[in-house]
Amino acid sequence: MPRAEDCKYTKDHEWLLIEGDTATVGITDFAQQELGDIVYVNMGDAGRNVSEGDEIGEIESVKAVAEVYAPLTGEITEINESLGDHPEVVNSDPLGEGWLVKMKLSDPGVVDKMMTLEDYRKFLSEEAH
Amino acid sequence: MSEGKGPDSELLKTPLDSVHRGLGARMVPFAGYEMPVQYSGLMEEHKAVRGVAGLFDVSHMGEFEIRGPGAASLVDRVSPSRISALEEGRVAYSCLTTEKGTFVDDILAYRLAPERFLLVVNASNRIKDLAWIESHAEDLDVVIEDQSLETGLIAVQGPRARALVSGLAEGFDGMAVKYYRIVEGKIAGCPVRASRTGYTGELGYEIFTSNGDAPKVWNALLDAGRADGVLPCGLGARDSLRLEAALPLYGNDIDETTSVLEAGLEFTIDWDKSDFIGKAALEAERERGATRHRVGFEIVGRGIARQGNPALVEGSPAGCVCSGTFSPTLEKAIGMAYLPSSVPAEGHDFEIDVRGRRLPARTVPMPFYKRPKKRPNKGPEGKKG
Repeated sequence: MPRAEDCKYTKDHEWLLIEGDTATVGITDFAQQELGDIVYVNMGDAGRNVSEGDEIGEIESVKAVAEVYAPLTGEITEINESLGDHPEVVNSDPLGEGWLVKMKLSDPGVVDKMMTLEDYRKFLSEEAH
Repeated sequence: MSEGKGPDSELLKTPLDSVHRGLGARMVPFAGYEMPVQYSGLMEEHKAVRGVAGLFDVSHMGEFEIRGPGAASLVDRVSPSRISALEEGRVAYSCLTTEKGTFVDDILAYRLAPERFLLVVNASNRIKDLAWIESHAEDLDVVIEDQSLETGLIAVQGPRARALVSGLAEGFDGMAVKYYRIVEGKIAGCPVRASRTGYTGELGYEIFTSNGDAPKVWNALLDAGRADGVLPCGLGARDSLRLEAALPLYGNDIDETTSVLEAGLEFTIDWDKSDFIGKAALEAERERGATRHRVGFEIVGRGIARQGNPALVEGSPAGCVCSGTFSPTLEKAIGMAYLPSSVPAEGHDFEIDVRGRRLPARTVPMPFYKRPKKRPNKGPEGKKG
């Protein structure tokens, strides 16, 4: 399980763990709490090329549906297939077993501009006000 | 037209507002009120109601007392049911109908005394309903009193509800209150009316209190039930519970564009009544047959359909989902839709367009969930030999 401080964050409440040109992507603990009990995860198929901001999948709780957006441009190389049968893992372990997709980034350099954990916490507290 | 929906308008608070905040509820705007949507989590609350019991604050609901010599005539005029035939202490599920035979609202109607009725209406329709009823009362000797803002209402729902309420009941026998009856008494020293009604598909009560007494009654119920696993439950669980029980929700499943016959609520109509608002339109519709009907469905495979998703029959647009969710009890996606009357209400395959994806669905009988009835002498698990 990655440490929260090793990840980068987006304003859509996604986290990314960067290893070379590969990113593991999931939703933050804040996002899973907001959604509530997750009962369905559909991230489509691996092998798709996506651009930053594209809708790449959806997560549904009993009450609501949330779109998942590509945090960066690249290719989706792997889908967390285990979430098909156990979507609730996104609630119980959003930063670990509840990861959503892995991506091969077109331009790994842009991650430097993304929010750190400290930035994201500041963003959350600003959003709350 | 619902009041207090805009972000700038003042939201009303129920008499239990500070209790909810103390319990850590997440509050959301709903029907002009700030309401708890969940406490510990929708799924956990839902399962508590199916397995033990849950407490709901439904104080946002509207209460109108209608009394006087013309009261019986008025309730029989605005509703298709023969509410005047209710005995004292009895309750009926009914509706208020437009001239077109569609829904102004759905209601619970109580007969409290020979010339005294109580109507419980949806919070979102309270102002509209009051104006509607008043506009049809002008020639009658009645008093219509909106008691909504002075009344607390607490629903206790689930298999443990009867023991829980009975244990606290003063001056009434909680065990003896039959389905769709109302009695008066006290809980925690506070005067209450306890009604054997609910919106979850479980055995339960809805307990009317004064605003001032609501927190005391709520806390007494929660304190007495906590050790057994009784949980406070929010609007989220209320919605998934009522949908499993296929109970219609105004604004989703019924409104001023859906007729009583289309909605499958013909049981609320007494065709022998000499008149009621919408009778001519409903008779004509019965004669020619409703063109569409409310059906239950489940999604075959993965995905969840939601309100507003288009339904396709044999590949062509044919209707719309009015309510849809994931059923925590059945662990699959269920919902209700309006489909052409030619589509069988059971076992017919169709599709639902969910954000551009076509999900296979199948019509299934309603309700989706029926509470298990106690079977005598079948052993601890009710097993068959």
